[in-house]
Amino acid sequence: MRYVDEFRDGTLARGIADRVAHEVRPDRSYRFMEFCGGHTHAIARYGVVDLLPAQVRMIHGPGCPVCVLPVGRIDNAIALALQHRVTLCTYADTLRVPASGKTSLLRAKAAGADVRMVYAASDALRIAREHPQREVVFFAIGFETTTPATALVLLEAERAGLGNFSVFCNHVLTPAAIAAILEAPRGAAAPALDGFVGPAHVSCVIGSAPYEPFAAKYAKPVVIAGFEPLDVMQAVRMLVRQVNEGRHEVENEYTRAVTRGGNARAIAAMAETFEPRPTFEWRGLGEVAGSALRIRDRFRRFDAEARYGIVYRPVPEPKGCECGAILRGAKSPSDCRLFGTVCTPENPVGSCMVSSEGSCAAWYGYGRFRDAARTA
Amino acid sequence: MNAREKAYVRPVDFRDGRVDMSHGAGGRAMAQLVDELFLAALDNPWLRKLNDQACFAPPAGRLVITTDSHVVTPLVFAGGDIGSLSVHGTINDVAMAGARPLYLTAGFILEEGFPLGELRRIVESMAAASREAGVPVVAGDTKVVEKGKGDGVFITTTGVGVVPDGVEISAERARPGDAVLVSGTLGDHGVAILSKRANLDFETPIRSDTAALHGLVAAMVEAAPAIRCLRDPTRGGLAATLNEFAQASGAGFRIRERALPIKPEVHAACEFLGLDPLNVANEGKLVAVCAPDDAAKLLAAMRAHPLGRDAALIGEVVEDPQRFVQMETRLGGWRIVDWLTGEQLPRIC
Amino acid sequence: MCLAIPACIVERLEGEEAMIDAGGVRKRISIALVPEAAVGDYAIVHAGYAISLLDAGEAEKTLALFAAVEGAGA
Repeated sequence: MRYVDEFRDGTLARGIADRVAHEVRPDRSYRFMEFCGGHTHAIARYGVVDLLPAQVRMIHGPGCPVCVLPVGRIDNAIALALQHRVTLCTYADTLRVPASGKTSLLRAKAAGADVRMVYAASDALRIAREHPQREVVFFAIGFETTTPATALVLLEAERAGLGNFSVFCNHVLTPAAIAAILEAPRGAAAPALDGFVGPAHVSCVIGSAPYEPFAAKYAKPVVIAGFEPLDVMQAVRMLVRQVNEGRHEVENEYTRAVTRGGNARAIAAMAETFEPRPTFEWRGLGEVAGSALRIRDRFRRFDAEARYGIVYRPVPEPKGCECGAILRGAKSPSDCRLFGTVCTPENPVGSCMVSSEGSCAAWYGYGRFRDAARTA
Repeated sequence: MNAREKAYVRPVDFRDGRVDMSHGAGGRAMAQLVDELFLAALDNPWLRKLNDQACFAPPAGRLVITTDSHVVTPLVFAGGDIGSLSVHGTINDVAMAGARPLYLTAGFILEEGFPLGELRRIVESMAAASREAGVPVVAGDTKVVEKGKGDGVFITTTGVGVVPDGVEISAERARPGDAVLVSGTLGDHGVAILSKRANLDFETPIRSDTAALHGLVAAMVEAAPAIRCLRDPTRGGLAATLNEFAQASGAGFRIRERALPIKPEVHAACEFLGLDPLNVANEGKLVAVCAPDDAAKLLAAMRAHPLGRDAALIGEVVEDPQRFVQMETRLGGWRIVDWLTGEQLPRIC
Repeated sequence: MCLAIPACIVERLEGEEAMIDAGGVRKRISIALVPEAAVGDYAIVHAGYAISLLDAGEAEKTLALFAAVEGAGA
């Protein structure tokens, strides 16, 4: 595949690895957080850590919209399908996420709920058109990458005057979450992070500019990087340089797809349809101000929260789960006593195990042999 | 045909007709369907007797028996259909013991309303696969369930075969140092099926690899009678098969990503859907484990067979009390190759 | 998160849609977010929508940076 295979080349990887090893200072460590699950996945799937020097430690951030979606919102979606008897359209990613009382959307489907997997937001709209007698709700999740498609669907529903379609909006915002990680929770020490690998596809949409105030305020370098392993390695190299030179700028490694201003059309569509929520709960991070979107009043009739009177009830995080500390880089997956024992990809307890991009799931599915090697 | 009375006024309507409850009720409609469809297509001396069972003399060697139920959506896909799949799948399960498959039986569960013309195409495809493999379907059964209680057609096939003396193939026999081989490209079947699922609908030149592997296995057993393990990596893909071998043998496995034969289009489809080709199903491939000294001749025998042209040596068995399957990535790092989690679903994130 | 792949626009279709090809796989997607996309362009495709166009020149520059033994910014 063009523009994919070149960015996974083993020879180039060794070259970058040599440069990183050459440039790191032997007398210090470098703790970088990759915010996105896409980076976490690339690092785990290609064994990138094996090519990085011991001084560089990658900390896996909360950038997986499935992982951070609070259980209460899944409960809401299940109630829409089971109690309100709507046709609930969703990306496959949400189907297995455990909800309260040992349920999930997949189990609700088994119990008779009309839950349908869609590949694109427009599929949900098509299903609504094809079944005018059914109430169709699109369970929308995702960061800024995924939000524009939902915006287009809302605009189209309004234009077509669809009466049987609505959106249950759970879109969340990236810059606010990155800031939340650096704002230490009350009583806790600020996380020791030397820089961020910034989002790839989120940045295609919002551009690199939104990270600038944040890099300046917290004095942390940010390098936006593509999701291929060489992109991640090159971003690490750029971060190491910034740290060595005492800089904290927003740099862009993913110039082939990301500009400073982003996709103006996508940004406009989101602004027309959505507005920030005062606050939103993230699994593992708790309430984060201004970190999510809700549907504007103009589209109220397409807002499932208004239409079905959805009331959000928070569900406490499971006891013993270390996801919060892991997401902030304070702990590793194997530091959690639930990891690999009661909490596994088949039976996820905490948010980091929920999707293959979560830090615990990635460690379990791709990297846990390193724990064995360490203890051996 | 034998002496059954031919009392059917009109032939079965394969153009516009549909399966109805009478086709499974034991009456004349059922007998007519058996005559004009199943017997006509699968014809052989055992079926022709119209008994409820097939009798044959036990062959020399150890008998192998296996059964496999086939449910697939869509029923017809690029490269095959549920009919050919149900023949190949069971033949392969017999063959993976190093056995020569001898006979098959087939049980059909039909959903009321299913078009008889489509059923005929499936049964004829099954018959063609059985003839090509040289393994007859010697007994069968048909049931009909009400509309909404099935998914068109389900087919269960049972296979009987015989293992030659001296051949001892079993998953627990893998031992450190052994070589691991695959017979060809990975993930073709799964991608061909996924491309036609509702809502995914993408176009790909990839066809299912569904094929009967007993000929390939016979050539392999001849070249290296001491093959230790054979398995066809169907659901769960190569990852599942290697983990099964690791669990059964108590050893670890190490493979090299660069050595894996994967078609570029399969690779692309997996990128699209967020799937790992190592988890994607195959229906005409096998994984073999053999002693290191046997690897070269086994690989040569596989490559000399049309169904093993793309065979490759992909790794080795190692000592590992944790029984991990690990892979050296093409980047030069290492990762675990784990079982598939849950169902194989496309990801957007 | 946010699985997306680069794919080539091979045909523009009605209604702000296009046929794309990624490594021999073809799919109909929306180009409503990048209506300027032309046949032959590469786009980053996420969940059925092109979210940005790929700059081939920048891709070459990045690959050249990977290969550079002494980085330019040092």
